[in-house]
Amino acid sequence: MSGTLVLAEHLGGKVRDVTLELVTAAQGLPRPVTVAVIAASPEALLDSVDLVGVDEIVAVRAGESDDFENDVYQQALDTLLDGSEPEVILAGFTVNSMGYAPAVAARRELGFASDVFSVEVESPGTIVATRAFYGSKVHGELTFAAGAPVLLLLRPTVWAPATPGGSAARRHLSLETTPSRARHRGYREPPPSEVDITTSDFLLSIGRGIGERDNIERFVELAEKMGATLAVSRPIVDAGWMPSARQVGQSGKTVKPKVYLAFGISGAVQHLAGMKGAGTIIAVNSDPDAAIFSVADFGAVLDLFDVADELDKLY
Amino acid sequence: MKTVVCVKQVAALGDEVEIDDSGRDVDHDYLESSLNEWDVFALEEALRLKESLDGQDGHEVVVVTVGDEECEQALRRCLAMGADRAIRVEAGGIDESDPLTTARRLAGIIGREVPDLVLCGVQSSDAVQAATGVMLAELAGLPRVAVVTSVHYDATSAKAQVHRELEGGLLDEVEVGMPALLTIQTGINEPRYANLRAIKQANAKEIEVVNVPSEGPRAYTVRKMFVPEKGDGAEMLGSDAAVVAARIAEIVRARLS
Ligand SMILES: Cc1cc2nc3c(=O)[nH]c(=O)nc-3n(C[C@H](O)[C@H](O)[C@H](O)COP(=O)(O)OP(=O)(O)OC[C@H]3O[C@@H](n4cnc5c(N)ncnc54)[C@H](O)[C@@H]3O)c2cc1C
Repeated sequence: MSGTLVLAEHLGGKVRDVTLELVTAAQGLPRPVTVAVIAASPEALLDSVDLVGVDEIVAVRAGESDDFENDVYQQALDTLLDGSEPEVILAGFTVNSMGYAPAVAARRELGFASDVFSVEVESPGTIVATRAFYGSKVHGELTFAAGAPVLLLLRPTVWAPATPGGSAARRHLSLETTPSRARHRGYREPPPSEVDITTSDFLLSIGRGIGERDNIERFVELAEKMGATLAVSRPIVDAGWMPSARQVGQSGKTVKPKVYLAFGISGAVQHLAGMKGAGTIIAVNSDPDAAIFSVADFGAVLDLFDVADELDKLY
Repeated sequence: MKTVVCVKQVAALGDEVEIDDSGRDVDHDYLESSLNEWDVFALEEALRLKESLDGQDGHEVVVVTVGDEECEQALRRCLAMGADRAIRVEAGGIDESDPLTTARRLAGIIGREVPDLVLCGVQSSDAVQAATGVMLAELAGLPRVAVVTSVHYDATSAKAQVHRELEGGLLDEVEVGMPALLTIQTGINEPRYANLRAIKQANAKEIEVVNVPSEGPRAYTVRKMFVPEKGDGAEMLGSDAAVVAARIAEIVRARLS
């Protein structure tokens, strides 16, 4: 067992940002760092993963199209591991990875952890990964059984993207895969919308803490008075109270307003993924340990309705 | 058609946190339990599927959890919502709470029940691993689709057309033959509430308790759990709502100008 294998992720002919972050994370891990690109025609993607810090690129030709199918990725990763076992395997904590990485780990009895935001080699052969538990309120250090590779799904946007301009060696592999039992049939774009929360300088964002549907209206009004655009966390969309176009987070929009004012949002990892790049984050939450305070610049541990009442008077 | 829904009693921390004497878990006295949000949507989807196929014989929704006796609360809530049967698999302690160990135990039940469809939540709110369902699919030899926001099942072809929700809300249209395992995302449906009578009836129902061994290495071992340093953290604006509102208005004005 040696080295670190990075599994590239791509969509629509483009390598996704998380892949560049994985390469940065790999820099503190066993060398060589190999990046695998799995696709029907991987060649076109290879230049984008030739990043500083990559020693080798493996182009794995597999599947009938470049679109993700979980069994194809599983077979491809299996073949790579059959060839030579790396010490560490890195993939993003993304929807695609969720579809195949745990299966590979279960089948091959690999060490496995997801949503990892820190990883180090404590001593040769001992990998320690850190992730959160219990609503991100506590962190846990994880260790893994010796003798098997460790497959880690890393939290996106934690590591800086690696820079282009590498000079990695390239290797090509062609796989005869059996067709995936779950077949990709097409894509459907989110419905078009009149609001675009990504262009607003000031978002007033509300979460499950607002409690009831009847409370939406007052925040619509408050946002208007304050000159803010109203944004929401996922549960508000799940409940059908607001359209998905206003959702901030991993499965919603990534926003970078000058000011992000959050009311009653706990700060789940998938929410933070969409807003932690905001200029100034202000959070109001009745729970002093809410994870949102860890990314906020300003905070208040208060009932959000009390603060909203006072803001109403000011605007 | 038989559907097995795997559910978890999740634990949330209240306003206080205390690490236990082992240093490897939080003190359970500080935890509040509930049925995992994602699993509520998964169960609702199973119940709707069953109802849509009604009129044909033998449709059953079975819920299963891995956990100690306290976790039967989660199963009772599922029974009250309309699940036909509930099974609890005994669990080990902290050293056996990793997703692979849990998946092995669940696989024992899938092997026995031989369902047409298995539904799991995408993730549990307390651990956020998004791993147990897909591990279970592999161990049970089932095709799977993760992070599903819509299911259309066609009984004649025994195939389901499902949507998988990717980053940014893009939907991937996927076709999968039954039997299969789907991990269900929140918002896929509007879960029903159980009425008082159903809750009473659920409390009287029997829950089957079984032991399923889990042999093989764990996915990981928790070596240490700790409350993260607050770091620089947020600058706190005080505890008077009027003062806080004034400060917010001031900060907003300054940053936007
Ligand atoms: C694949 C995937 C993608 C996802 N994508 C997204 C996404 O794009 N966006 C997203 O938001 N989530 C997303 N999620 C869901 C995410 O995991 C969380 O479930 C969600 O962000 C929680 O929303 P919330 O903070 O509003 O609710 P909760 O976590 O329930 O938090 C509510 C908060 O309100 C506070 N509160 C309650 N009452 C009051 C009061 N009166 N005054 C002040 N505070 C109060 C509570 O203390 C709590 O902190 C995704 C999940 C998955 C699995």
